[in-house]
Amino acid sequence: MWVVPRNVVDDSLSSLEWGRKAFLLSPPECVRTRFNDEVIQVKEALEAIRRAAIERLDAAKDLKSLDELRVALLGKKGELTAILKQMGKLTPEERPVIGQLANEVRADIEKELETRMAAVKQAMQDARLEAERLDVTLPGKKPLLGKKHPLTLVLDELKDIFLGMGFDVVQGPEVELDYYNFEALNIPKNHPARDTQDTFYITDNILLRTQTSGMQVRVMEEKKPPIRVIAPGRVYRSDAVDATHSPVFHQIEGLVVDKGVTMGDLKGTLEIFVKKLYGEDAQVRFRPHHFPFTEPSAEMDVMCFNCHGEGCRLCKNEGWIEILGCGMVHPKVLRGCGIDPEVYSGFAFGLGLERIVMRRYNIDDLRLFYENDMRFLDQF
Amino acid sequence: MNLSMRWLGDYVRLDKEITPRAYSAALTMSGSKVEGYEVEGSEIDKVVVGKVLSIVKHPNADSLVICQVDVGAGQPVQIVTGATNVVEGALVPVALDGSTLPGGKKIHKGKLRGEVSEGMMCSLGELGLTVHDFPYAIEDGIFLLEEDCQVGQDIRSAIGFDDTCVEFEITSNRPDCLSVLGLARETAATYQKPLTLPRPAVEKTVDDIHNYLSVEVKNPELCPRYIARMAKNIKIEPSPRWMRERLRASGVRPINNIVDITNYVMLEYGQPMHAFDYQYVKGGKIIVRNAADGETITTLDDVKRTLTPDMLVIADESAPTAVAGVMGGEFSGINENTHMIVFESANFKGSSVRITAKKLGMRTEASGRYEKGLDPQCCLPAVERACQLVEQLGAGEIMGGMIDVDHSQKEPHTIPFTPDWINRFLGIEIPAEQMLEILARVEVSYDKEKNLLICPSFRADLEEKADIAEEVARFYGYDKIPVTAIRGVAEAAHTPRQKFDRKVQEILLGSGLHEVITYSFISPKYYDKIRLPGDSPLRRSVVISNPLGEDTSVMRTTAIPSMMEVLSRNYNNRNPSAWMYEVATEYHPKGEDQLPDEIPNVVIGLYGSDADYFTLKGMAELLLERLGIEDWDIEAVTDNPTFHPGRCARLIAGGEEIGLLGEIHPAVCENYGIGTKVYLAKLDADRLFALGSDDLSYHPLPRFPATSRDIALLCDDRLPVRTLEKAIRAAAGNLLEKLELFDVYKGQQIPEGKKSVAMSLTLRAADRTLTDEESDGLMAKVVAALEKVGAYLRS
Repeated sequence: MWVVPRNVVDDSLSSLEWGRKAFLLSPPECVRTRFNDEVIQVKEALEAIRRAAIERLDAAKDLKSLDELRVALLGKKGELTAILKQMGKLTPEERPVIGQLANEVRADIEKELETRMAAVKQAMQDARLEAERLDVTLPGKKPLLGKKHPLTLVLDELKDIFLGMGFDVVQGPEVELDYYNFEALNIPKNHPARDTQDTFYITDNILLRTQTSGMQVRVMEEKKPPIRVIAPGRVYRSDAVDATHSPVFHQIEGLVVDKGVTMGDLKGTLEIFVKKLYGEDAQVRFRPHHFPFTEPSAEMDVMCFNCHGEGCRLCKNEGWIEILGCGMVHPKVLRGCGIDPEVYSGFAFGLGLERIVMRRYNIDDLRLFYENDMRFLDQF
Repeated sequence: MNLSMRWLGDYVRLDKEITPRAYSAALTMSGSKVEGYEVEGSEIDKVVVGKVLSIVKHPNADSLVICQVDVGAGQPVQIVTGATNVVEGALVPVALDGSTLPGGKKIHKGKLRGEVSEGMMCSLGELGLTVHDFPYAIEDGIFLLEEDCQVGQDIRSAIGFDDTCVEFEITSNRPDCLSVLGLARETAATYQKPLTLPRPAVEKTVDDIHNYLSVEVKNPELCPRYIARMAKNIKIEPSPRWMRERLRASGVRPINNIVDITNYVMLEYGQPMHAFDYQYVKGGKIIVRNAADGETITTLDDVKRTLTPDMLVIADESAPTAVAGVMGGEFSGINENTHMIVFESANFKGSSVRITAKKLGMRTEASGRYEKGLDPQCCLPAVERACQLVEQLGAGEIMGGMIDVDHSQKEPHTIPFTPDWINRFLGIEIPAEQMLEILARVEVSYDKEKNLLICPSFRADLEEKADIAEEVARFYGYDKIPVTAIRGVAEAAHTPRQKFDRKVQEILLGSGLHEVITYSFISPKYYDKIRLPGDSPLRRSVVISNPLGEDTSVMRTTAIPSMMEVLSRNYNNRNPSAWMYEVATEYHPKGEDQLPDEIPNVVIGLYGSDADYFTLKGMAELLLERLGIEDWDIEAVTDNPTFHPGRCARLIAGGEEIGLLGEIHPAVCENYGIGTKVYLAKLDADRLFALGSDDLSYHPLPRFPATSRDIALLCDDRLPVRTLEKAIRAAAGNLLEKLELFDVYKGQQIPEGKKSVAMSLTLRAADRTLTDEESDGLMAKVVAALEKVGAYLRS
């Protein structure tokens, strides 16, 4: 008996699956025997069910009517079951034959039902998806995420570059002693070099630092060589506000002190820095300059990105753009910090953050940094 | 410092092929930075010398005349002019058809009242000159040339307006380079060309200075050297063209022969000179002394100045006649009535001149040079040069004799020669001989026996071997120093504080806040704007003694005004919303002569985009949570005048206030012109860092189910929910996994002055499933605890 006993009526796909399994497992065709009329009747009835079922299935257009049909045809009280209930009247020889036929009919109907169900489901899904169609070009919903100030954006990048080169990042006070800002840097009171840095004073001995260079001294007082640090921070100069001047701006000081540090090391280190900042093809030059706290002193220029050294408006026809001041730490400064210049040497450098940021983003007015207009901040 | 290339040519001969651009680049690379250069007359094109042949009246205009002018082109050109000073036979500058004048002005052939005009005769101004350049010419009218020139000659060469001026940026350590001779020395060293130094000498003298003058230097420390020479029979007139040209190219206005000579010598030698009119040197005596307290002098610029005893003056018997190294007195000037002069060529101590000039508020060309420290040995050749020029120009007769009060250091400064150290220091390998050759170029000589380098007196900046290394490096070429890497292991890491700072930054950015950066100084009036009480200790700020203006005159003790300024600016710029944060330093003064405490604060400021108090508080909560600060409390603040009395709270942790947050008081918003609600929080970053923790540790995921219980409470409207939460947490203990507020309701069915608070409790035990009895028991304890604080289950 290959008809699978089924008490399941309301199952949908799972019952169909089971039915199919039974069908697939059916043995080779049974031995033909002579059949009586009842057999023939049952056979015809089964065939009729099959035919009618196909017609009715063809008429059904939605899931609901298909499901109703399934119950009507294959359910416990369904037509096929009713036929099968008559099996008792058959002989033991006839039963397998009819049983097989009944299974075939059932399998056929289930298969048709399955196909149609799938088609209807597909059609329904298609319709739903069509209805859900979006204008995929409409604006997305952005999560709210703040932005770093452009000065911080670039400063963080510079810090990472130097950190990667083995420089620790240190910080110091903005309200500073005259000693650290000037005296210890070989700029005694009434030294003309003080003229280039218009200073805000709090008292005779306390001022707003005009440069981060004082950090060289603070670091050397605290730490013995080898030293490799950068000290970024705010500095103050008594410059009236305009497009290129601000009484507050940012510098990054760098200091390296160890045995045997050379001017070649200074050049090498800063060249690596510039290439990391501006790319491998960036070109630099060092030209002599004067800072009271370094000797020899230099300024480092980067070849103008616009004209490649030819001279243009951007670089004021020089072909080069100055980006930082540097030099070998003055022996007087070392001595003042208790470091013996006969044993140790070092170099220092200082660069202005605003200038680098302005160049990077083509910002032409320094005031924008401190006005903090959303329309400005939102651009970075 | 503007250098005339023509003048430079007196001392160094450069190859003709060297362009101004190449020269600028070369000198820049050897340490004399060139800011730019200007070729005189480069804006002038097609302007030539013309000779006026005839002048007739214009037929149609009374104020115009028609001139026929020979411009050396065969046919004369016809020019119509309104100028009245033109005469037949005069030589004039003629701008031909298609010519260019300074300022880009183009001249074209045209018709004036029906008569053809083929060009224009030029005035001084039209050529970019003034009467100081050509004293014989007039300001309003055609420039009638009195020069030795040919018809048709280019006007630039005809009037010597074709020099090239190179502008140098001279650093404060090299006052010797603020002179033609100094730059000639650098030029010669750069190009390895011979330098021809002038040897000034006077040919003929009359009379003797000692018959007229004596000099007494009372303070040799401030005046190491004072030289005086005299000249008589002075004839004041304009100086010759070559001198005027050079002065003009150097940016100095020609005045008269004697004044021009002092300026010329200053430019050439870098030594400021002064010429006194002898008739005002009372008693024939010059005294260099400190000013008496309260003594006054009226300086050349007609300002009466009160002196102090630390100032050095040049005085005669009765009164000061000049402020030493700064400016002369009103009677010391040279004019048409001057017959006898005294040249002063002196050396004054730099710092003293600097202090004096600063105190008197008058920086002059002379003081700017003196304050950098000049070479006392330069006084002599400079005064000799001045006398030579008087003689050469026929401006007067030089007297015999000289008064030289000399207390200067004569011994040259020496530095041991250490070629190996220099090579190691610079990272180069060049032979000692090459170093000596380079040093010789800048007049540093070598005593082989003592192995000492002898520095010239004008190079006070050469103090030790590092200075010598720089001289070697800059002429060897900075660009030739090989690039090397620092030896040693590169090790660096963020400190815990730096990691914390980045974390704060990430959390705030993630909260949708834009970072701002503001000035650290504010106006003391801003404390009023945020309604800080008059007696608030925050009103005591670090005060800048010389501020740019009141708006930036004190260091902020609170960063709130800075954020309010930013929000106000955004509001006034019609930005619909601004969500900002700044990690802003506040400066809290300590004792006299002590540095203030610099405290970083996290400041959050919001308006717009549906911001409300709870948006702000949520941000603060998130910040604390993510920084690992769990144990904190919050309480209402009703008396902070900056904030809304009903919408302000302080955050407390570790027993102290760590921050403040709330809605800004409408009166404060009004002070800032903000017409919307503003929310602001300020948290002390140092305290957050101290309290925060990075210690994360995994908790096993719960294995037993949780039980959820909701309760609706009725309590006094003024009872903070925080109190209820605390009561619940205390009663429920660690079985309470989560406590969530889900509703606060006032209105219908709730009695006046009461509110309904609904909360959801999630209960869970880590080691078992809680039984209903346990949960019920716990809830009973919770309810009892709530009743104690005045909250009752709603029936």
